Amino acid sequence: MSKTTEQVRKSLKARYSSEKRFRAFGITAVAFGLLAVVVLFTDIISKGTSAFVETYIQLEINWDPEELGIDDPTDPDQINVADYDALIKAALRERFPEVEGRLDRRALYQLASSGAGFKLRDQLVANPDLLGTIQTQWILADDDVDIFIKADAEERQSKRLPEVARPWVEALERDGQTDIQWNASFFSHGDSREPEQAGVWAAVTGSFFTMIVTLVLAFPIGVAAAVYLEEFAPKNRFTDFIEVNINNLAAVPSIIFGLLGLAIFINLFGLPRSVPLVGGLVLTLMTLPTIIISARASIKSVPPSIREAALGMGASRMQMVMHHVLPLAMPGMLTGAIIGMAQALGETAPLLMIGMVAFIVDIPGGPLDASTVLPVQIYLWADSPEASFVALTSAAIMVLLAFLITMNTLAVLLRKRLERRW
Amino acid sequence: MQAGNLVLLLIALGAVFYFFGWRRSYAVSAPLGGVRHLHSLPGYYASLAAVWCVLPALALLGLWLIIDDTVIRTNLMASLPSAIQPANEVDYNLLLNQIRNVAGGALNPAFVPAEVVAAAEQLAAMQARNQQMMSIAFVSIAVLGGVWGWSRVQPRLRARQQVESVMKWMLMGSATVAILTTLGIVLSVLFESIRFFQKVSPMEFLFGLQWSPQIALRADQVGATGAFGAVPLFAGTLLISFIAMCVAVPVGLMSAIYLAEYAHRNVRAWAKPILEILAGVPTVVYGFFAALTVAPAIRGFGESMGLTVASESALAAGLVMGIMIIPFISSLADDVITAVPRAMRDGSLALGATQSETIKRVVIPAALPGIMGGILLAVSRAIGETMIVVMAAGLAANLTANPLEAVTTITVQIVTLLVGDQEFDSAKTLAAFALGLMLFIVTLGLNVIALKIVKKYREQYE
Repeated sequence: MSKTTEQVRKSLKARYSSEKRFRAFGITAVAFGLLAVVVLFTDIISKGTSAFVETYIQLEINWDPEELGIDDPTDPDQINVADYDALIKAALRERFPEVEGRLDRRALYQLASSGAGFKLRDQLVANPDLLGTIQTQWILADDDVDIFIKADAEERQSKRLPEVARPWVEALERDGQTDIQWNASFFSHGDSREPEQAGVWAAVTGSFFTMIVTLVLAFPIGVAAAVYLEEFAPKNRFTDFIEVNINNLAAVPSIIFGLLGLAIFINLFGLPRSVPLVGGLVLTLMTLPTIIISARASIKSVPPSIREAALGMGASRMQMVMHHVLPLAMPGMLTGAIIGMAQALGETAPLLMIGMVAFIVDIPGGPLDASTVLPVQIYLWADSPEASFVALTSAAIMVLLAFLITMNTLAVLLRKRLERRW
Repeated sequence: MQAGNLVLLLIALGAVFYFFGWRRSYAVSAPLGGVRHLHSLPGYYASLAAVWCVLPALALLGLWLIIDDTVIRTNLMASLPSAIQPANEVDYNLLLNQIRNVAGGALNPAFVPAEVVAAAEQLAAMQARNQQMMSIAFVSIAVLGGVWGWSRVQPRLRARQQVESVMKWMLMGSATVAILTTLGIVLSVLFESIRFFQKVSPMEFLFGLQWSPQIALRADQVGATGAFGAVPLFAGTLLISFIAMCVAVPVGLMSAIYLAEYAHRNVRAWAKPILEILAGVPTVVYGFFAALTVAPAIRGFGESMGLTVASESALAAGLVMGIMIIPFISSLADDVITAVPRAMRDGSLALGATQSETIKRVVIPAALPGIMGGILLAVSRAIGETMIVVMAAGLAANLTANPLEAVTTITVQIVTLLVGDQEFDSAKTLAAFALGLMLFIVTLGLNVIALKIVKKYREQYE
């Protein structure tokens, strides 16, 4: 054996173990990344699922006209302004006759949600015959009660429900007078200071209008720009300058687009604040580079033979592009557009700049109504101090992620379905 | 009529002229013996008529909307009686707002002088007249244009070329939107920054160590002198970005190497898309995760070790930001690693190197420029990232290198300065634009360098 071979053989053990270490590092890195995905999703899901249901308590509602302050049941004004909270308060006193003293009474009244009265009003408006009857009703509970009911025995100690109210809630629970039902208001209401009444619907519609504006502007402009750059642009400095601009815009932080929107659209053009139209404009500028880059890639993938055949048959350049290149490149362009839209849907920072952080209770009716969007709603709820908002925020995140996953799956399916290999 | 309705009407008019253009192209070709004697297909003649109807009218509408406000305002203010003529610019804006609010019904006319009420009525009348004139001008231009386009339909007219050149100009216009956006960003940020630097000297902004952007309402207010030294913000941004890079670079790079060089095809097919999910999660979700899960966890862990950890520590924000950037680095690194030619690996392996030695001594050095470019892009991402730091990092501008303390960043300050009520002239609001300018310059510089490196590297192996 030569000296070198000897030397190599001696070092082999160290080299092999270093090889193993390197491999282990790699596996650790991949595992860390996968773990991050798992932890992120389980965290959100475990926090958020409880917000999809909410607690109701069963009370004997006595539709007493006197308590309501209605003396003429045919008068719609009286029915509208009647004191429905009084009915709930009376029912609670009825259920817990032993509770006395002003402070305890107040704690008792707070078992029911402050919005429960409106539901009773809607019932009475729909069915005036209820007046004077006694009915067993499920009344929406306050969020403190809701959290308390949903928690298990150990966790209950740390919840916010006042000490005096705990026996009452436990009594209700023992008698089967609490129930956990599907939280329909989460999908139909706007924002609210009361967690049990807050919903994402206003934010979802706001997001919808913003996305419509973005799609209507960004897709045609992006495709047109890509067609120009790929098919018509002469190779000169102007074209190079456009390309440099597009590449740089793709990497500009999104908050800068917010500054642009604030300075140009709102302060210079005088467009209103907090409306989906301006949000859509800002997001259009932000997603354009993404859409242009992916559209160019799919135009490039159309083989030159098709262009040459079209030109050979006497088509003009514009006819060649419009009749042959664009239809063939369309699936790729659509995929890129959907991915760009998904990015825009999750974007928050630029929308904060143009005032879409408003507290929106009403469902917006069009792109010129003040509104907020889903990610901003998440941001607002995440800042709220009440514990119930944590669950609500996670639930809103789940809704947002569901939209994003749907859009991305759609993009993948579209690509698989329509993609052609040349 | 409102501008939106006018546009809808215009679409209808365009369709009408398209139809008539189509009809006329058939009519003029009939005596010649059919459409084949026309220069272009009938659709082009029809489109030309529609274009003549739509484009001039749209241009008019745009111009009108840009200037009408200014014209109304100057006329209105000039016609005011001298008793309430404003003395300076502030009074001018105040009075104008008052008149507008009265005219819009937001302000009760009983609370303002009679002259203002009269002016408001005049404003309302002017606006109504303006609407009317705009509608009439718009519709007549559209119809005249359409008729002109329609009357030009002749067998010899080169309609296709004309329509195509219009289309080409529109395509080019779309492409210039990118330039206009850059220009808009630069101008809006630069313009406001210059106004800021007139109030606060650039030296103080760039090198000052104190950041407290509150402007005193009263002279004797405590701690409200308004200091605009941005160094603590730069330091905080760098600290958080540095922590993020410490997480993202090793993890991203090693997972790219493992998936590209070692992993079985099936593992790669599963692990890569799952890692890329991280790139698709909105940043606001990461912010929530950082603020409500990671930060308390780090705090609890730190306190069990006897350390004092701020509840909004830089570490939590940086860690989560690092997780966000992992897929960004790993996919860029994957691209450059797979671009290294097979022959280089084979050569090294044939000489007896182990696989890890090949990677460390041959593949990585060959891919290094590309990897560096990717890392620079990731740094610019980290610096510009907003929502994670807004939700998980603090507001207090501490100048510290301790990752367990709360720091604030450029983006956090931009958001806090601009969200909520703001007067547009105060140094506080303008400071946000100066910060935006810094952010834009730094990220732009990083991107330009990174793209150059990546491009140069690509040319090497292609």
